[in-house]
Amino acid sequence: MGGIPHDHYEPKAAWEKGLAKRLPIVGLLYDTLMIPTPKNLNWMWIWGIVLTFCLALQIITGIVLVMHYTPHVDYAFSSVEHIMRNVNGGAMLRYIHMNGASLFFVAVYAHIFRGLYYGSYKAPREITWVIGMLIYVLMMGTAFMGYVLPWGQMSFWGATVITGLFGAVPFIGEAMQTWLLGGPAVDNATLNRFFSLHYLLPFVIAGLVVLHIWAFHTTGNNNPTGVEVRRGSKEEAEKDTLPFWPYFVIKDLFALAVILVVFFAVVGFMPNFLGHPDNYIEANALATPAHIVPEWYFLPFYAILRAFTDEVWVVQLASFLTAGIVDAKFFGVVAMFGAIVAMALAPWLDTSSVRSGRYRPMFKWWFALLVVDFFVLMWVGAMPAEEPYNTISLIASTYWFAYFLVILPLLGVIEKPDAQPDTIEDDFAAHYGADGAGAAPSAQPAE
Amino acid sequence: MFKKLAASAVAAVMLSTSVFAAGGAGPVENIDFSFDGPFGSFDQNQLQRGLQIYTEVCAACHGLKFVPIRTLGDEGGPHLPEDQVRAYAEFYEVFDPEIDDFRVATPNDHFPASGLETAPDLSLMAKARAGFHGPYGLGINQLMNGIGGAEYIASLLNGYEDPPSCAPEDFDGHYNVTFGAGGYPEECKYEDGSHKYPGSWIAMAPPLWGDDVEFADGHATDLHHLTEDVSAFLMWTAEPKLVARKQAGFVGVLFLTVLSVLLYLTNKRIWAPVKARYKK
Repeated sequence: MGGIPHDHYEPKAAWEKGLAKRLPIVGLLYDTLMIPTPKNLNWMWIWGIVLTFCLALQIITGIVLVMHYTPHVDYAFSSVEHIMRNVNGGAMLRYIHMNGASLFFVAVYAHIFRGLYYGSYKAPREITWVIGMLIYVLMMGTAFMGYVLPWGQMSFWGATVITGLFGAVPFIGEAMQTWLLGGPAVDNATLNRFFSLHYLLPFVIAGLVVLHIWAFHTTGNNNPTGVEVRRGSKEEAEKDTLPFWPYFVIKDLFALAVILVVFFAVVGFMPNFLGHPDNYIEANALATPAHIVPEWYFLPFYAILRAFTDEVWVVQLASFLTAGIVDAKFFGVVAMFGAIVAMALAPWLDTSSVRSGRYRPMFKWWFALLVVDFFVLMWVGAMPAEEPYNTISLIASTYWFAYFLVILPLLGVIEKPDAQPDTIEDDFAAHYGADGAGAAPSAQPAE
Repeated sequence: MFKKLAASAVAAVMLSTSVFAAGGAGPVENIDFSFDGPFGSFDQNQLQRGLQIYTEVCAACHGLKFVPIRTLGDEGGPHLPEDQVRAYAEFYEVFDPEIDDFRVATPNDHFPASGLETAPDLSLMAKARAGFHGPYGLGINQLMNGIGGAEYIASLLNGYEDPPSCAPEDFDGHYNVTFGAGGYPEECKYEDGSHKYPGSWIAMAPPLWGDDVEFADGHATDLHHLTEDVSAFLMWTAEPKLVARKQAGFVGVLFLTVLSVLLYLTNKRIWAPVKARYKK
């Protein structure tokens, strides 16, 4: 695989040959596990394993939770309390599932920004990137619907607000919202379909993960230099790569263990840290909470949704041009989804011939600003919709779009990139060739 | 000293921002509960005292419908002996749909729901309120102090004060500096709608005054001790598996730390020859 020459599995015993002739599964597993991997991968390349772990963790804990949960408006809240009080290990199980969602999003954001910095989205890895974006969108849908299931106040009102977004679509919005909810308002029908989809989507994600891995195993991993593995011969390729097992499996497992230390500390000692107290109040359609705040991982895009009020000239212009069909609400919805679409289009928006941000002196700063921007958006997303937060979120949202739609295309033209190493081996040697183990990055060249 | 500074900083922030305008409340002070921090656990005697206060005072209006009575015997909780749990259950009558009538409760029944329709169920109250969110709204102090739900309850029970003079005498409810979600007289608002005084008017009359109950062991019954005891009890009803959870967390952290060290060493060993090849 990967167009990178390497050893393949050779069946030896008679039964191995027999099996390989009928179902070459051992060869497939061997090639997957032993895939040549650039030896210079840094610690930002560990998130894939963390994400795979999260998916498995959420599916396993989720399946057990379902055994004790009742998706009905009269019983959902008390069945969660039943899990917390009566089910053996139920409290831990639920807290792991609940905080597992947060770990999942920490990892996915780190993974995405890794890709954005090192240009992992660029040719030939566009399909890997787009599948990844699809997975991310499905994750958001799954997390959102999962948050509705405990049927607390935030569950109910979060569902009301978010499904209300669809109502903003001109002409068909209201019909669409009713169709989604299964009625005029969030009720039992909504809870049932969200439960059904919350159980289904993780398996769709799992399928897409297989495609995601298949795609980047075909192109080979990107790496911190963005320089491709030499593929002239097996010997040449082996200078740039090491097999995934054991070198990267052990490395990734070490990173995973460290992350899980933090995760278990949160689950064990402050499991409600990332939750909202209001969700321990049973859903009540007659009492609106003072502040309806989505979970932290939605906040950046929630901020973009709210940023475009009818006081913004772009919104007024859009409204004028469409004779009022596009109002501020619909504009916000389009902006929110547009923010993700813009990110998914990065492979075609980035015009630079250099892949890794490491060798792009100007890009580095714009990228750093994007990271800051992301956190600013997350912060204003949690703030009430009033000044100065409105202005801040408008500026931050504008930068998000500017980065993808203006800066990425322009930088490729005006930026003069730094020299890249010729090979991955050179980069590796420069890093480890210096005296003393584990020398700092950008140490002297090997020669 | 630092705590005091932090508390006054939080208070200052709350006073200066829109908290009052949004119907906010006075500051909630931290209490050093036995269940705070990663190694905290419930004080069995305190929970039993809290149970007594709940039973003799709160239960008149408030229910605990999510709490099975048998869990009073659970280890890590009030840990009442079995015969006492059974005797306690007999205080209550529950509706049994099978016989279509009321009968005496057994340990397997739950506590009744609220008797007074407007009184909220207290089972999860200590998790449904956050007493503090600091520092800087990050809430990291949860690690050491919890989310402050128990502190909020104690603070509310201690928060009854004489209403400010701006309020009309016949205004509905009772002035409470901690309670933020109640009614607020127009006369006590500034022109921009923000509140002149913290808190609001709560429907519940002051439930505890001090010396409301008498403990068999002669424990102090002044208002502060009573409110702390009943708040601790409500923390237990909200999070009965708190002790087991913290233990599991501790074991998990310990085990994973050891695993991390082993994996670190393994990783170092595996990569050593690869890296050595490039050493000068």
